[in-house]
Amino acid sequence: MTEGAAAREAARVEAATETPGPADAAHPLAAFGGLLLRDLRVLTKERGRFLVRTVSQPLLLVFVFTYVLPSIGRDLGGVGGQGSFTDVLVPGVLAIAILIKGVQSVALPLVQEFGYTREIEDRVMAPLPVWAVALEKIASGALQGLLAAAIVVPIVALVPAEPIALDITWPALVAVLLLAPVLSSALGLVMGTFVEPDNVPLMFSVIILPVTFLGATYFPWAELSVIPWLQVALLVNPLVYIAEGFRYALTADLPHMPPVAIFGALLVATAAATWLGVHGFRRRVLG
Amino acid sequence: MTHALPEAPGAEEDRVAAPAVRTSALAKTYPGGLSAVADLDLTVEAGEIFGLLGPNGAGKTTTIGMLTTRVVPTSGSATVRGVDVVAEPARAKQRIGVVPQTNTLDRSLDVWENLYFHGRYFGLTARASRARADDLLERFRLTGKARQRPAALSGGMAQRLMVARALLHRPAVLFLDEPTTGLDPQSRIALWDLLVELHHEGETIVITTHYMEEAERLCDRVAIMDHGRLLTVGTPAELKASVEGDRVVDLSADGDVDALAKRLRGVAGVHHADARPGGVRVWAAEVRGLLPPLLAAADTVEARVSDVGVSEPSLESVFISLTGRELRD
Ligand SMILES: Nc1ncnc2c1ncn2[C@@H]1O[C@H](COP(=O)(O)OP(=O)(O)OP(=O)(O)O)[C@@H](O)[C@H]1O
Ligand SMILES: [Mg+2]
Repeated sequence: MTEGAAAREAARVEAATETPGPADAAHPLAAFGGLLLRDLRVLTKERGRFLVRTVSQPLLLVFVFTYVLPSIGRDLGGVGGQGSFTDVLVPGVLAIAILIKGVQSVALPLVQEFGYTREIEDRVMAPLPVWAVALEKIASGALQGLLAAAIVVPIVALVPAEPIALDITWPALVAVLLLAPVLSSALGLVMGTFVEPDNVPLMFSVIILPVTFLGATYFPWAELSVIPWLQVALLVNPLVYIAEGFRYALTADLPHMPPVAIFGALLVATAAATWLGVHGFRRRVLG
Repeated sequence: MTHALPEAPGAEEDRVAAPAVRTSALAKTYPGGLSAVADLDLTVEAGEIFGLLGPNGAGKTTTIGMLTTRVVPTSGSATVRGVDVVAEPARAKQRIGVVPQTNTLDRSLDVWENLYFHGRYFGLTARASRARADDLLERFRLTGKARQRPAALSGGMAQRLMVARALLHRPAVLFLDEPTTGLDPQSRIALWDLLVELHHEGETIVITTHYMEEAERLCDRVAIMDHGRLLTVGTPAELKASVEGDRVVDLSADGDVDALAKRLRGVAGVHHADARPGGVRVWAAEVRGLLPPLLAAADTVEARVSDVGVSEPSLESVFISLTGRELRD
């Protein structure tokens, strides 16, 4: 037999013994894991950008407000007039880091995926229900939000002139660290599916900026009692509950929103945003 | 290719029992009331290359969308290898490979990773997926591009990568939506060769196109669609044999081609004559003996015939005889 004929014969035997067939054994969880792995791979490729984006804002906030200002005698003061501004700012900075990263890491890729070429049509061909693809996006965004918080911890621990007056309530901290990233990435899914792709970047200035400034991040919600209308109005801002959650978890003896309200609202908001995000994703994906 | 995937119990069974694709009274009306596909009954047998031929807006992409779980039908049903695409989309997706009309390569990953992660989505182990990605890059002559971003690929390469990706999990049915639109002639022919090769290996292929040459050359059977409806289905030979006029005669002419067409319709043996820019196309059962009366008739109107060409009937003639229009309008 010539070499060519041998190769053809081998190909024929191979084709005969290996007719194309479905890999039916795959479990939907394997597909979920595969999508998650893909997101982590993209994250490691973009680690430099991720780090810069995550670090810059918290670092500047903490540096200016808890190092520079106190050093020149302009400390803004702590909660209830005691302690330093570090006590106020640290929970806020952690909350902002998680919210922004959670929203960004879901909403921004969706701009590309829902864009002109509809790259999303590849992702949703993975063998799992479309709602599960949406949940994977939330899971992936939540992990990135958590990672952002972890990156911010050394900054808020090392930079301030006066350290935070820590009094950790562990169960509360765990609960916030579970709920806040999921809530944030679910909000990212809502934004990414209900806002036209072209308008998503704009939303960061129109929605995310006011949300972070008015999210009980630079002031404790409890102290707003002197501006009652604002205190009530801010209850629609989900970041308030994340920031107050950290406030309660990290500095329980300082004034904060009642824990029942914090965690009740976080649970309700997380469930609502998840439902709405999954619904929006399905609506966008399925014709 | 090595590294076969284990098959689940039952897979063999439904392969034998169920056709590759079956739709029954499948319909899609988009919000707003546009009926994109209506009352579609199709059966695609395992191992065939099946073509969906139709002009822009015929409903080809909508049909593929429904068969691949992306578009939810308004009514009717569709199965792929016996799996209902509406009731069990996740199971159906495991059995299909899709090359959509647009480039949906993952732009955040490189070429090799596009294949590797696709394998992971479909439950392959890291090892199996790696081996399969390497094999397919080799086979599709993309090994040299493994570490490039998809954006760096030419149109033909990107299309090959999309086909490779769609095949990676060894789907039972491969769907391609206008895969050669926008490709240069060389890449188009290369893709045709590739599909024929896959066909010889036993793959079932459903392809949409609005090029009749493509449907004629590639497909075992062709379904012709227009305005969301199935007009006819059969082998290219059957379809061509079904057209009234077996032969197409093109007369190049200047002057009043409309009058010429009208006059030619009266010639004995002519089934149909259509004026078009630069001449008239005539359909007739038999060419022998037809040309003298055609030219004589042409002399009686204000048109001058400069050239005559005779061609085989094509799927285009089938489309025209069914709709009274040309495929590309
Ligand atoms: N998402 C949608 N919403 C509303 N109408 C749609 C949608 N998608 C397609 N249509 C309409 O449905 C009809 C069929 O479209 P479809 O894309 O299935 O045709 P096609 O045969 O693939 O055409 P082409 O050759 O241009 O790709 C068209 O009239 C189109 O405008
Ligand atoms: Mg189309």
